[in-house]
Amino acid sequence: MGLALVKEQSDVAKPSGAQPLPVLQLVGVRKTFGDFAAVERIDLDIVEGEFLTIVGPSGSGKTTLLRMLAGMEAPSEGNITLRGELINDVPANKRPTCLVFQSLALFPHKTVGENIEFPLKVKNIAPAKRKERALELLRMLRLPESYYGKNVMKCSGGEKQRVALARAFAYDPDVLFFDEPLSALDYKLKKVLEKELKDLHKETGKTFIYITHSLEEAMVMSDRIGVMRAGRLVQVGTPEEIYSRPADRFVSEFVGEVNVIEAVKSSAGEWVAAEGGAPIKLKLPSALTDATKVAVVVRPEFLRFVDKPGAADNAMNGTIYNEYSLGSRIQYQVRVGDKTLLVELSRGNGWKGTLDTPVLVGWDATDAIVVAA
Amino acid sequence: MADVALAAPRTESQSAPKRTVAIPAGLRCASPVILFLLLGFIAPLLTVVAYAFATPRSFDVFRSFTLENFATIFDSSNTVWMSFAWSLAFAFCTVVLLALVAYPIAYGLNRVFGKWSGLISVLFVFPLFVSENVRLYGWTLFFIKNGVLDGTLKTLGLAGGPEVLFTPGIILFGMVYVYLPFMLFPMTLGLAMVPRDLVDAARDLGAGRLMIWREIELPLAMPGILIGMLLTFVLAAGAVAEAKILGGQSVIMITHDIEIAFTYSQNWPLGSALAVLLMIIISGLALFVMSKLDLDRILGKR
Repeated sequence: MGLALVKEQSDVAKPSGAQPLPVLQLVGVRKTFGDFAAVERIDLDIVEGEFLTIVGPSGSGKTTLLRMLAGMEAPSEGNITLRGELINDVPANKRPTCLVFQSLALFPHKTVGENIEFPLKVKNIAPAKRKERALELLRMLRLPESYYGKNVMKCSGGEKQRVALARAFAYDPDVLFFDEPLSALDYKLKKVLEKELKDLHKETGKTFIYITHSLEEAMVMSDRIGVMRAGRLVQVGTPEEIYSRPADRFVSEFVGEVNVIEAVKSSAGEWVAAEGGAPIKLKLPSALTDATKVAVVVRPEFLRFVDKPGAADNAMNGTIYNEYSLGSRIQYQVRVGDKTLLVELSRGNGWKGTLDTPVLVGWDATDAIVVAA
Repeated sequence: MADVALAAPRTESQSAPKRTVAIPAGLRCASPVILFLLLGFIAPLLTVVAYAFATPRSFDVFRSFTLENFATIFDSSNTVWMSFAWSLAFAFCTVVLLALVAYPIAYGLNRVFGKWSGLISVLFVFPLFVSENVRLYGWTLFFIKNGVLDGTLKTLGLAGGPEVLFTPGIILFGMVYVYLPFMLFPMTLGLAMVPRDLVDAARDLGAGRLMIWREIELPLAMPGILIGMLLTFVLAAGAVAEAKILGGQSVIMITHDIEIAFTYSQNWPLGSALAVLLMIIISGLALFVMSKLDLDRILGKR
């Protein structure tokens, strides 16, 4: 994809034919509050027009990172450049960027129209032109034009969301930042707005940088995902890369429900399960050739019930304990020793027997991801 | 309404044989307050209103009805309107000055002073523990000829202090000084109601300081500011100590006229008529301001 994190390129922003010039570039950006480092040395190139999502648990520093990009915090160390221009100390009102707040930060004393027109009023644009543009944006965000004079606090959650977006677009920024604006909405509306946001991204061609704690949300919308943990960017890649080649155990567990089986190298040089000592067949990535302990990550959909040990590369004896319906799929909880494994099957291929019966759970080495333990 | 529905059946079952009138639970709980308000507020108020319509220089309250007292006030040969004008003018100037003085402090308490805010607030509250008269006499000693200011300047070999005592200016100073906390705290509350996010968002959308202040901070803090203005206006319109102590009677306030009518001249009906008129002016203003306020937002119901 050519979008990977390129550290070497950071000191010279040379326009090359193949590589598009990054719109925003972070070089060794660090932010400390007292002794606490909220963001630890981040290098990242943000490509013009991409939809990048930074995802991480709460307290991972993603909001601080975003506030630095928006100009509400200055980095303690490192440089942030916008199209090659250093913007570390440029205040938020002088940057061609706009942040959609988690709280949306709509002005409660203004109408929908006045909210949308605010950035235009700042730019001293004539009232008639402002109104024209506001109505245009209302149409673009699928809000009725009659909302122009409506009290913004009387709008529903989804409508407020669209008003906040319209206001951000009215500013006509080069880069839009989103600080979990969908987190307060119910599931169904969230799904609708996620797709609308992606459509808007395509329609406007602007650079979107979105932060969320939900990788599911990130997967739906993003061109690229950056996973943050404790102030560091652990992995940056396409949703496909993050899903199928997680950089470490944290990322793999963050991506969703996974089975993690720890394996250790026996004295004979064979990989065996850390618990129980059964031999495990695995494909070791080249980076881990010297490791003596690894984590084998198997997604529930890659585990299956087998009738004899040879039917899969690996097999473990367990007891089927419970089942959960996921709509088109069914998940089974299997107890293997002290561990619990999750097996996910499509509805038609479900387990035919009763619960609490012994089963053999198996997977193929190629379906497992091996990461540092 | 819900109370009525809930209370009614219970009273019925408890006192089945001796049927009494069912008093709603809400009314029963409120009765001490109602009683207190009737005796302590409504009754004296009605008495004052009744006195305003009694024969001048008499105590014929509730037995006579005349508009003579009001005729006296509006008589052009009478100069009592001057006192009204002074009181309202002083109250107006006090409110304007207080708004200007208190806004930066309120802003500081919210945004700048940080952990010192608590201590600074306490310092502003502290003078309230000392009687207003004592504090005003303190200022008299400060400004008086050969007093703290004048004496210190002379000792330093400079020209003496300005002769400000017993002027309208010093009265205004006294009022601003005394009523500062009553403006400051509602205003601080008002500014505290401006969410940080909105200011950040406005700046992010390109707004400069002045624009943010005019478009976001001021309108959102307005309920608190208006309450402070109303409170200080009402207090300042009824102020008398500043004019008496610092002003040395150079200006006669309306409250002073009312006091004289009730004491030296023993003309309770005239005093009452003046008081009623002052009440009408101030409550009219208060109602006007209250109608502009969104109390729900101030009390955090929205």
